[in-house]
Amino acid sequence: MNRRENLKLLFTGSLATGLLLTQCNPADKAEDYSPRISGGTPGGRTAEEIQRDQQLLSETFFTEEERKKLDVLVDIIMPAGDDSGSATEAGVPDFIEFMMKDQPSFQTPIRGGLMWLDNYSQDTYGKKFLALSEKERIEVIDLIAWPDKAPKELGGAVRFFNTLRNLTCTGYFTSEIGFKYIGYKGNTPNVWDGVPDEVMKKHGFEYPAEYMGLYLKPEERGIVAVWDDEGNLIG
Amino acid sequence: MIIVGSGAGGGMASKILSEAGLAVAVLEAGRDFDPAKEEDRTQLRPPWESPRRGAGTRIRPFGDFDQAIGGWDIEGEPYTRGEGTSFDWFRSRMVGGRTNHWGRISLRFGPNDFKRKSIDGMGDDWPIGYDDLKPYYDKVDKLIGVFGSKEGIYNEPDGFFLPPLKPRLHELYAMKGAKKAKVPMIPSRLSMLTRPVNNERGVCFFCNQCNRACQAYADFSSGTVLIKPAMAKGKVDLYTHAMVRAVTTDDSGNATGVSYINTMDMKEYRLRSRVVVLGASACESARIMMNSKSKSHPNGVGNSSGMVGRYLHDSTGADRMGILPDLVDRERYNEDGVGGMHVYTPWWLDNKKLDFARGYHIEYWGGMAMPSYGTGFAMDTMRKYLKDEFGNPSPNGGYGEGLKKDIKRLYGTTLGMSGRGESIPQYSNYCEIDNNVVDKYGIPVLKFHYKWTDQEIKQAKHMQDTFEEILTEAGAILLGNKPGPETMYGLAAPGRIIHEVGTTRMGNNPNTSVLNSNCQAHDCKNLFVVDAGPFVSQADKNPTWTIMALAWRTSDYIVSELKKKNI
Repeated sequence: MNRRENLKLLFTGSLATGLLLTQCNPADKAEDYSPRISGGTPGGRTAEEIQRDQQLLSETFFTEEERKKLDVLVDIIMPAGDDSGSATEAGVPDFIEFMMKDQPSFQTPIRGGLMWLDNYSQDTYGKKFLALSEKERIEVIDLIAWPDKAPKELGGAVRFFNTLRNLTCTGYFTSEIGFKYIGYKGNTPNVWDGVPDEVMKKHGFEYPAEYMGLYLKPEERGIVAVWDDEGNLIG
Repeated sequence: MIIVGSGAGGGMASKILSEAGLAVAVLEAGRDFDPAKEEDRTQLRPPWESPRRGAGTRIRPFGDFDQAIGGWDIEGEPYTRGEGTSFDWFRSRMVGGRTNHWGRISLRFGPNDFKRKSIDGMGDDWPIGYDDLKPYYDKVDKLIGVFGSKEGIYNEPDGFFLPPLKPRLHELYAMKGAKKAKVPMIPSRLSMLTRPVNNERGVCFFCNQCNRACQAYADFSSGTVLIKPAMAKGKVDLYTHAMVRAVTTDDSGNATGVSYINTMDMKEYRLRSRVVVLGASACESARIMMNSKSKSHPNGVGNSSGMVGRYLHDSTGADRMGILPDLVDRERYNEDGVGGMHVYTPWWLDNKKLDFARGYHIEYWGGMAMPSYGTGFAMDTMRKYLKDEFGNPSPNGGYGEGLKKDIKRLYGTTLGMSGRGESIPQYSNYCEIDNNVVDKYGIPVLKFHYKWTDQEIKQAKHMQDTFEEILTEAGAILLGNKPGPETMYGLAAPGRIIHEVGTTRMGNNPNTSVLNSNCQAHDCKNLFVVDAGPFVSQADKNPTWTIMALAWRTSDYIVSELKKKNI
């Protein structure tokens, strides 16, 4: 029995069983908001969703060896910079680990791609990918990271790297570090009053004059609307 | 009164009937839901609060924070399809139903939309016209709130509008492109409160997350705007987890109530009432009627004509997107706005000069939306559209600081367009009971039969040509290949636009329609339908506003018939 199966058994024996048992009796199906292992999505979850999130979080897909390789790869794809953290600092490997279980169609391409890196490194350098020097690792990555010029026979490895790039980038830009780096300003209560003037000027736009009197005036957004019979706002 | 379903139609009926002093039981197959409760809130949550960073799941296909629980494929609630046909059925199992999902595009049908057969000879005319519904549209506008602008366009009737919003930057580019392509764009008409309509609901605070349900009740969903207030004021009992199986009838053929399965204890229960109002959604109400077989209704209640389930039709849909090089490296500011577009294109052409019969409207999307699952994807094909200071394109794919910088540079540059159009209702497009399959409650399921015709395919082709012209004129680089005949020009599968209507259509002839013009079953005078089943034709407008105007009118009729002791 390998480590992961052990882990699975361990969790089935403790946390998960309790959750599964509560599901057996339909009368007990009422939503349960009691504290769980952290990490499931909050907000209006059904009992089935809470159970599934916890189940997935309690399982481990990647072996220790795979996880080490993943950590190295995601930081090659999204490294730290002068003004931003790296993919591992942004929690990308945990996100990818979760997605393997949430969308199992990722499993074989990613696991196979990680294996391919070792196979190729073994054939070419006589050692596994993690044992390569930094320069050698980049030589391998350069073969598969540029889809338009990669050798045709490496199509599978290119597709693996495309998928890993997608997951790494999306994991990175949906983290706090990624938000800061990309400069996202929203997700907070505010009043929309149009594109800032200097941006309008820069792009050569003006709001259509015929609508200026109609657009929402931020100072009026607390006043309850009243109309005349023709549908004109009067209050 | 029994009302089946708590969506737009059921919600409106529960409000109007309870305000008339009637005792109302609302049966909802899903659970209770109130976004103002902290434990139900997903609004304003950043993606890292989700272990899947907001990716869709089986029961939330529009994303992990989306508040419509159900989807295309619900565990234990299957449906089937006839060979060689397609239909995808989206359901939301919760108070408010699919009003927790929709885009809040709140368009009135125009005078032409009720009389299409008279105009082009296809389909059928409604037995009512715009003038019959106009007073109800007016009341819906004032009760619920919709922003927009008075434009005086004949088939896009104006209403009682709240102030519209200034377009976002990518929308200004779309307007530039549309102007050159001679396609009109006007302020959108969405049911979000840019100003309050009463003192009970809050006002929009511009988070762009209506699909996550509003904790301030500043957008329309049936649960927060109709059901809850009706419960607070009138005699309304809400039965959640109540999956209605059939309408029960007596020997004279009148409805006596409903039979439902409590999904918690899996037992069958019966409720009795003077009137049964179905608002379970076009297909679910048709299913209940077809499953309500008795001596007096051997084909199912309301189905003596055999028309229940027939003329099922959804809106057409096709999309295209591009990126605007002018927006590369754009300035950052809060661009969230409301949870939808600030401008749109109503149908603008004359079908007499075209090779297809009905029109479509265009929705626009893009800009600096909150990064979510999918942000940063596809750099293996999109990165080449970025040029450095010397005009050299970036190579596709890659890794490292350069890739990171390029994703940042590309952020907020997309401009997308979606056409949503009118299809021609067909007798041969329908749902029926599949006698070989039951759901987990033991209720026979629906089997769908649906094929698009040349009309819809040609319309989709026209959409693609228009999208390409507007995007190009806006200065966008088109992404992907233009969809061609091999994909029916990108025409979405039936059901995918979630505007399905017509399964219990109204009409004056009881042999060719299920309901009369008051949405009352021809063959069961105390049975009414208030969802989109009664629609004779689905215009190129989103159906919700018309569902609510019709439900209000039907409810008024029920009250007057009760007073006259006709039912």
